[in-house]
Amino acid sequence: MALLMQEDTRFGLDKKARLLGPVRLDSGAEFAPVDIAYETYGALNADKSNAILICHALTGDQYVASTHPMTGKDGWWTRMVGAGKPIDPARHCIISINVMGSCMGSSGPASIDPTTGAAYAMAFPVITIPDMVRAQALLLDHLGIETLEAVVGGSMGGMQALSWAALYPERVKSAVVIASTARHSAQNIAFHEVGRQAIMADPRWNNGAYYGDEAPSSGLAVARMAAHITYLSEAGLTEKFGRRLQNRDAKSFGFDADFQVESYLRYQGLSFVDRFDANSYLYITRAMDYFDLAEPHDGVLAKAFAGTKTRFCLISFDSDWLYPTAESRRIVHALNAAGAAVSFVELSSPFGHDAFLLEAPEMNRIVDGFLRAGEQS
Amino acid sequence: MSALRPDLAIIAREVRAGARVLDVGCGDGQLMAALRDTKNVDARGLELNAHDVATAVSRGLSVIQGDADTDLAEYPDGSFDYAILSQTLQTTKRPDLVLDHLVRIGREAFVSFPNFAQWRIRFAHMFGGRMPVTKQLPHLWYDTPNIHHVTIDDFRSLLHERNIEIEGQWFLSGNKPRADRFANLLAQHAVFKLRRK
Repeated sequence: MALLMQEDTRFGLDKKARLLGPVRLDSGAEFAPVDIAYETYGALNADKSNAILICHALTGDQYVASTHPMTGKDGWWTRMVGAGKPIDPARHCIISINVMGSCMGSSGPASIDPTTGAAYAMAFPVITIPDMVRAQALLLDHLGIETLEAVVGGSMGGMQALSWAALYPERVKSAVVIASTARHSAQNIAFHEVGRQAIMADPRWNNGAYYGDEAPSSGLAVARMAAHITYLSEAGLTEKFGRRLQNRDAKSFGFDADFQVESYLRYQGLSFVDRFDANSYLYITRAMDYFDLAEPHDGVLAKAFAGTKTRFCLISFDSDWLYPTAESRRIVHALNAAGAAVSFVELSSPFGHDAFLLEAPEMNRIVDGFLRAGEQS
Repeated sequence: MSALRPDLAIIAREVRAGARVLDVGCGDGQLMAALRDTKNVDARGLELNAHDVATAVSRGLSVIQGDADTDLAEYPDGSFDYAILSQTLQTTKRPDLVLDHLVRIGREAFVSFPNFAQWRIRFAHMFGGRMPVTKQLPHLWYDTPNIHHVTIDDFRSLLHERNIEIEGQWFLSGNKPRADRFANLLAQHAVFKLRRK
């Protein structure tokens, strides 16, 4: 079987599929064709019961456990995915998909519109988190995978995992939702709006039509800087930087990056623009802002999961003020009301929202036990 | 099953096979795992301590980190066959309200607790003149999680006041079952099976 899988060109690293679609979008529009970039690790077993879908966050990608082709860095979640990890290619067939709207090979504003031969730019349709999930479901159809052992995601990845369970309950046995939320709050939307306005205020943005020209890097860098603050905790920033000065003994009485924290944020902004498309940032933040899983159910979140047989595991971090524990508890409450099998833990970490990407042995222990229990039943 | 704490062993024995159970203050899920493995029980747990929740979840159990004092209100009436509160009543801020929730959420409830009127404790208090520290209650007064010590007679009078019916009662001393007679004086632990009248 393993040999057969190797010969199946649909599986492996750095794959791309053109799906005829169309995807029927929440906006009412239909989108086709849909390109989906993805990777798989590990072999699908004979009864196709060991597939695990990993969903990435806002600026993530399909390179969850392999080297990023542009930055040369390790995969973004090698602490969770890999040999001997809770999600292990020796046991699981792991699928990691670049979301629709992004810029790492899946259809997004930088992709070529086949009807015009030019990049979509702002002609790309506004999409939602459920739209991303619908496109992922098309890819699973293409791979011949009907049921997922689990959908796993942190942050925006957790929104996708929740949407998977709500849209395709019969296709998802287990869902792991980490540092996430079932809706964007006014504060979440506000921070994203700052980022979008920074991009659109950059003259090079040119209403999105900058492809083939200089990209609005300054705007995108500022957007990344503002967002990055929300991924860290006040205590974490204080511990890492405090009021320490950057490579100097005294304040410059100017506007250089005097403080280490300024230098750090500038670096975060600058390194981001090399690997990310500004229009994708607009589209994906919009999708997150539109996210409210209860909205199509008269505002009652429990109804989104009525009668579900999916098992859920939610994890939050006490220093995460972007998607605080209260948001996870709201989901847990709804799942309880729906009679779902749900586990939830708030873990302690000084690292804020980013904690889910960092070393967290307790998180790994929970995810490992949760997945193994699902494999036994 | 033999490894279970004696009060848990009694509860495990009395729970009907295949039942739906909520274990409030489930710790690392020992009772839930035993009920699942030996009686095919659909068990859900609530536990305050994050490390214990992690251990329980890694055993494949469905456990939510939460506080009996604040989170029980979220559970609908009669949503479980049994609600269980073992060795937790005396650690809650409002044992009376927690008890009300238990018999509301579970069609039946099990409650177990250490009896603060057992003669050794009375003896230590009377002659030592200090808060008793015993094998079953080993904490010093300032760091004890047991903030509402209760005796068997106190508990019975609370049940009476709250209109809660006793369906079964078991007493333990030295981890062995003992007779109902003089339980308030002689028993170290009590287990009650309850139902709202």
